[in-house]
Amino acid sequence: MTLETVEFWVVAVVLLASSLAVVLTPNLFHAVLYLAAALVATGVIFLLLDQPFLFAVQLLLYAGGVVTIVVFAIMLTERLVGERIRQTSRHLVNGAIVAAAVFAGVAGFLLQAPLTTVRPQRRLQEEPRDATVAIGRALVGPFAVTLLLLGVLLVTALLGALHFARGEE
Amino acid sequence: MIGLPSYLVLAALVFSIGLFGVLTRRNAVGILLGIELMLNAVNINLVAFARFNGDLTGLIFTLFTISITVAEIAVGLAIVIAIFRVRRTVEADRLDLLRG
Repeated sequence: MTLETVEFWVVAVVLLASSLAVVLTPNLFHAVLYLAAALVATGVIFLLLDQPFLFAVQLLLYAGGVVTIVVFAIMLTERLVGERIRQTSRHLVNGAIVAAAVFAGVAGFLLQAPLTTVRPQRRLQEEPRDATVAIGRALVGPFAVTLLLLGVLLVTALLGALHFARGEE
Repeated sequence: MIGLPSYLVLAALVFSIGLFGVLTRRNAVGILLGIELMLNAVNINLVAFARFNGDLTGLIFTLFTISITVAEIAVGLAIVIAIFRVRRTVEADRLDLLRG
């Protein structure tokens, strides 16, 4: 068992455990903290896949930005009511059945699909190990229009969020 | 050596867990957290495919989906807050304004 295998299994267990905690814990605030753990674990998986730049983006945008605004939303919507920030679940059995069926479908498809199991190590030695330079070149080259559209989308989402959250006055 | 199917099965598991959360949570914020988990699983898939096929496009797609997810969660939470202003609750079962 190599070091890479051990790393993968440790990160996988952490990711699955924190994901389960997100959907099962009764305290909504704890769920957000577990979500942060799951997002960081996903970032570590990006590291295992040799993508440190995506790891940084994941930490900055997801674990930093998303968790912060979700915490703010919980405080705005729950504290005002004065109730405990608990949440209950419904249809647990039905939800578990549907989720298990979706997983079974995806796993069955994976078993049949011809997938490459070997990492292309050869490319790594030719190219620099870090793909950040290539990502940057592609973002202003073939994907420049998409990047501009993404900027438009972010501005639109910002304006929309402001419009919704602004209130009546 | 960990192969591509391991990453894909892991992503499928996280996706299913997120789906379970979306289906079972009563709180609208909890539903959004489940959606976050599902989108996160998709990102694992994209990065794994990009790495194992030696293709850069999956990484660019991951950057785009991360940004779009952030925009989505911002608008979603703004809608939740707006709903809370009107209905004083974010329980999804009681949000039936559009019921005919």
